[in-house]
Amino acid sequence: MTLAIDVTGLNKSFGDKHVVQDVAIQVEEGRICGFLGPNGSGKTTTLRMLCGLLTPDSGRGTCLGFDIVTQADQIKRRTGYMTQRFSLYDDLSIAENLEFIARVYRLDRQRERVDAALEHLGLASRRRQLAGTLSGGWKQRLALASATLHDPKLLLLDEPTAGVDPKARRTFWDEIHELAARGLTVLVSTHYMDEAERCHEIAYISYGRLIARGTAESVVAGSHLVTFNGEGPDIGRLAHEIAGRPGVETVAPFGAALHVSGTDRKALEAAIAPFRREPFHWQAAQPTLEDVFIHLMGQAEDNWPGGSPP
Amino acid sequence: MNGFSLERVHAVLVKEFRQLVRDRLTFAIMLLIPIIQLTLFGYAINFQPRHLPTAVLAQENSRFARAIVAALKNSSYFDFTRQVRTPAELNALVRRGEVQFAVTIPGDFTRRVARGGDAQILVEVDASDPSATGPALAALEALPEQALAHDLDGGLAARGQGAPPFQVVVHNRFNPEEITAYNIVPGLLGVILSLTLVMMTALSVTRETERGTMETLLATPLEPIEVMVGKLAPYVLVGLVQTAVILVTARVLFGVPMMGGWIGLSLGTALFIVGSLALGFLISTAARSQLQAMQMSVFYMLPSILLSGFAFPFSGMPAWARAIGEAIPVTHFLRLVRGAMLKGQTLGDQWRELLALFAFVCVVTALAMARYRRTLD
Repeated sequence: MTLAIDVTGLNKSFGDKHVVQDVAIQVEEGRICGFLGPNGSGKTTTLRMLCGLLTPDSGRGTCLGFDIVTQADQIKRRTGYMTQRFSLYDDLSIAENLEFIARVYRLDRQRERVDAALEHLGLASRRRQLAGTLSGGWKQRLALASATLHDPKLLLLDEPTAGVDPKARRTFWDEIHELAARGLTVLVSTHYMDEAERCHEIAYISYGRLIARGTAESVVAGSHLVTFNGEGPDIGRLAHEIAGRPGVETVAPFGAALHVSGTDRKALEAAIAPFRREPFHWQAAQPTLEDVFIHLMGQAEDNWPGGSPP
Repeated sequence: MNGFSLERVHAVLVKEFRQLVRDRLTFAIMLLIPIIQLTLFGYAINFQPRHLPTAVLAQENSRFARAIVAALKNSSYFDFTRQVRTPAELNALVRRGEVQFAVTIPGDFTRRVARGGDAQILVEVDASDPSATGPALAALEALPEQALAHDLDGGLAARGQGAPPFQVVVHNRFNPEEITAYNIVPGLLGVILSLTLVMMTALSVTRETERGTMETLLATPLEPIEVMVGKLAPYVLVGLVQTAVILVTARVLFGVPMMGGWIGLSLGTALFIVGSLALGFLISTAARSQLQAMQMSVFYMLPSILLSGFAFPFSGMPAWARAIGEAIPVTHFLRLVRGAMLKGQTLGDQWRELLALFAFVCVVTALAMARYRRTLD
């Protein structure tokens, strides 16, 4: 196997804030890696270091076989980067934006590529429309088309589907899988658990540290988390009473049910024992990725002096 | 309608004040600009310019000639910076703008004073800026009465009585009718060009940063110099069109003469446009928002208007203010434009200003390239 991304010991500080601490990421060629973590955990900073937009304070490694410190130019040319915020030109038309990108990368067959991208997007008939007037979902698809116009080998996507409706997200992810099937490596940051589950593997970063890595199943299994599913009337009150009991690490309502999780099975069972009665029904459940992440977030050491991250 | 609530006004007021104080640069500029400009311009600007550069061509080395030079010097309006030997030299100094006045004392001056009646000295004036020379010319009027007062002794004592012993012939050059517009309109070319061009590029890069499109640009293989040249080129065209419009208007509406020096003027215009745009680009690498870019552009514009010789006579300013003025491209461009339109300067007269503009372009471009960040660090 070949690693498209292989970096270790990445560090980056802004002022006295150590935003990324000793992060190591390996992603195999042609795989989709989901990059997860709470707000302000250093995901964007890591992505920017990988594509040369930020210089790491320390750390080494390669992207697509090029050194991330000394060969950033080579990486830039072969990488597509999609920013969190729409960063194409609102006052240029859809086609003009793509033409600009095609020229900047000095692509061959520019007209052909732009036409193909428009055709693929289904925007051929709206090519003269200003990009700023597109809806959120369309903007993201246009941004993806522009980030892949130069046939990159690596795609870095920073929360590409934030604020996009479920159907548009579905379409977007279908495209990402299509691209991966053609051999592209994708590193995509997200907050959506359903998206995380659509990735080949995930990396979880919290307060600047990478704390879990692997397939969704292995991360769930590796957490050694035990979850019980409780059902009954007045779940809100039940949650209130159970939270804080020894052995209970997270309590999360899911509709009419309650997910109670902890790593110590015995202590957890003891905690819910008083409530194992009518009208409540309990059963052991498979922890979801979300249970695991909330658990991981609680565990992660807080390196922000002020408490919560900015 | 909710009526008028002082409490709600207070809410807005407090928010506004907090935001104002938080934007440190804006706050600093608001406090510093008045102080800097008050002291700078308060001391620099002088409506009664003295110590104007003057050249003298004394075709006789006589007591009288020395007395006249001494009297001119004593008036404090004239500083004799150059001593020349031929009328051609004198002429060149005036045309290049190195001196504002050229005094010629003819070879038969003493003889004519002694004979009485027709002694003259010639004062040629660079009248392209009438406001610079006006007070000095007024001071010249008393010269014939006083200059030779101590030297007319012995047999010539009688010459001190009655009619003055000699006359001063004043010859206004380049703008003989002292029309202010002839001076202001060419100057406006420089001021209008820098006003629009500096701000345009200053905003164009900060706009990318503000809208987030800078991130896209930085993620592409674009080199800083490519971004700069690509961004500046369209505005060079804008600047050229503006120049053409202003020149045509100057000719048609104000009848400003166009004496020549076209090659130098064209070169200078190109350099000045590029220099102004590059300066705007440099500003945009320092400004964090379009507002800041705008404030910095204004900060640059004030000395460009006040210390460049546009609004006030350059030669009337103290040395330190002239030194600041020399660093501003508008100063050199104004000299070029006025020189070409009013004096018909040739490349031989213009090369100094061209060199200054070229140096400005190089320095500012180098600074902009050094400051332009290729990353988001």
